[in-house]
Amino acid sequence: MTAVDLADAVRRGGRSASDVLEEHLAVIAARDAELHACNLVTDEQARAVAQRVDAAVARGEDPGPLAGVPIALKDNLCTQGVPTTCSSKILEGWCPPYTATVVERVLAAGAVPVAKTNLDEFAMGSSTENSAFGPTRNPRDPSRVPGGSSGGSAAAVAAGYAPLALGSDTGGSIRQPAALCGVVGVKPTYGLVSRYGLIAFASSLDQIGPFATTVADAALLLDVIAGHDPLDSTSIPDPVAPLVPVLDRGVEGFRVGIVEELTDADGIHADVREAVERAALTLEKAGATVDRVSVPSTEYGLSAYYLIAPAEASSNLARYDGVRYGLRVDGDDVSQMNARTRDAGFGDEVKRRIMLGTYALSAGYYDAYYGQAQRVRTLIIRDFARAYEQFDVLLSPTSPTVAFELGAKTTDPLAMYLSDICTIPTNLAGHAAMSVPFGEGEGGLPIGVQILAPALGEEAMFRAARALESAR
Amino acid sequence: MRDDEIEALTEQLGVILTHAAQVSALDTHDVPPTAHPLPLVNVLRSDAPRPSLDRDEVLAMAPDAESDRFRVPRILDAP
Repeated sequence: MTAVDLADAVRRGGRSASDVLEEHLAVIAARDAELHACNLVTDEQARAVAQRVDAAVARGEDPGPLAGVPIALKDNLCTQGVPTTCSSKILEGWCPPYTATVVERVLAAGAVPVAKTNLDEFAMGSSTENSAFGPTRNPRDPSRVPGGSSGGSAAAVAAGYAPLALGSDTGGSIRQPAALCGVVGVKPTYGLVSRYGLIAFASSLDQIGPFATTVADAALLLDVIAGHDPLDSTSIPDPVAPLVPVLDRGVEGFRVGIVEELTDADGIHADVREAVERAALTLEKAGATVDRVSVPSTEYGLSAYYLIAPAEASSNLARYDGVRYGLRVDGDDVSQMNARTRDAGFGDEVKRRIMLGTYALSAGYYDAYYGQAQRVRTLIIRDFARAYEQFDVLLSPTSPTVAFELGAKTTDPLAMYLSDICTIPTNLAGHAAMSVPFGEGEGGLPIGVQILAPALGEEAMFRAARALESAR
Repeated sequence: MRDDEIEALTEQLGVILTHAAQVSALDTHDVPPTAHPLPLVNVLRSDAPRPSLDRDEVLAMAPDAESDRFRVPRILDAP
């Protein structure tokens, strides 16, 4: 059942939140030994929450728009008193003393959190193979990756653990796993959703967003989590219009642009490119006009990202020093303690990125690397702005290929990074983008098509997504 | 880090940096840098005290705590 239908049934008293929960916990129990989407199943806490929802319904109260709907939470979202590990040994067993704003909001809306899901360590990766606790497997084919870094959340929704999940997206970490697992995944406009309680990777790029099996469910969840938060100074101050009421307004008259540099890039497989062309035709039949558009600087997005994101990460991850929380490996003095702790606590990809970032920011190299990458970021924003003068939404692949096999790219970091060439430019620009499942490719594996919109262009983006979904 | 780790990493970082250095191909001589996608500056709140984190809860999660403080190995006179 969809979240919309479930919430409706619970709110009316037709189903109990507790029964709904037990059904979903049974699915998790049946499949997670194989899939490993969950770092932790929070069944005790979930039962208490479900009982409170049922009690509210019994008193004639409305528990909220997500009444009784199970939801999975990426394990980089702080949940007070419940372990939050970022799938890293350096935070293994650590329980935050506070809860992320998005989690507070979904709880206040009546949702029932069932699990903390697996991710690439500190959200760095595109396959969930960088988790310190073992990879997650793709529910559509367990010999393959679910994508990353929010692979656990994508797999949880695809496998039926919960109709909804929250993930985070810094370079594609919601959209790419959504595409590989055959579900809907949204990266909202930067600043639309509070980052308070999201353990930071790259502060100017990170955004929290929804996973769901339908566009309407994704809109339902986004409406709950979006909106200004005084606890996040990078949160957009203006009020946000809800998406659920406008979803079915259609795409009549929409100007849709297929981004050439992304769709025609080296490495985009034929089945994926073909899905984008079919999506364009579908939107045309629904009343849109479609053309190709060049956004030239997006070709440099990956390069700029692999200077900016590691630079910001090197700063954000400096706090893991064995002093206040997490792992500590002792030393004769504090410097030795820091070094030993970080060597033992961080995995290879995290170490790579911290070193890259430190280098990109170091004296003598700052301007050539980080400084230049920031200027390229401006060029990307300008090129998108020019495109959006002529188009309402843009189209591209989400992932260059369908899900690849576990181990296929783990020995070649650059090959892994190339998974994100289509998703990265949106994070650099701070714009909105989402992946919508659109057919199957090689081996019957799911393909996701990416819809891009300018900052605060969620309405147009969701309307286009609905049009694509309705045609399947 | 071990020597074999350093060797493998040197090669990988070299490959990644070569790719990232492609950014130098673009002409940016009159392009201002973007540090942040939003035009927000100096977001402030009024200077009024509010409840903060519970100290005992925070210290309970510390690797080593003593007398309401985080305890660490010596800092001064380190070699």
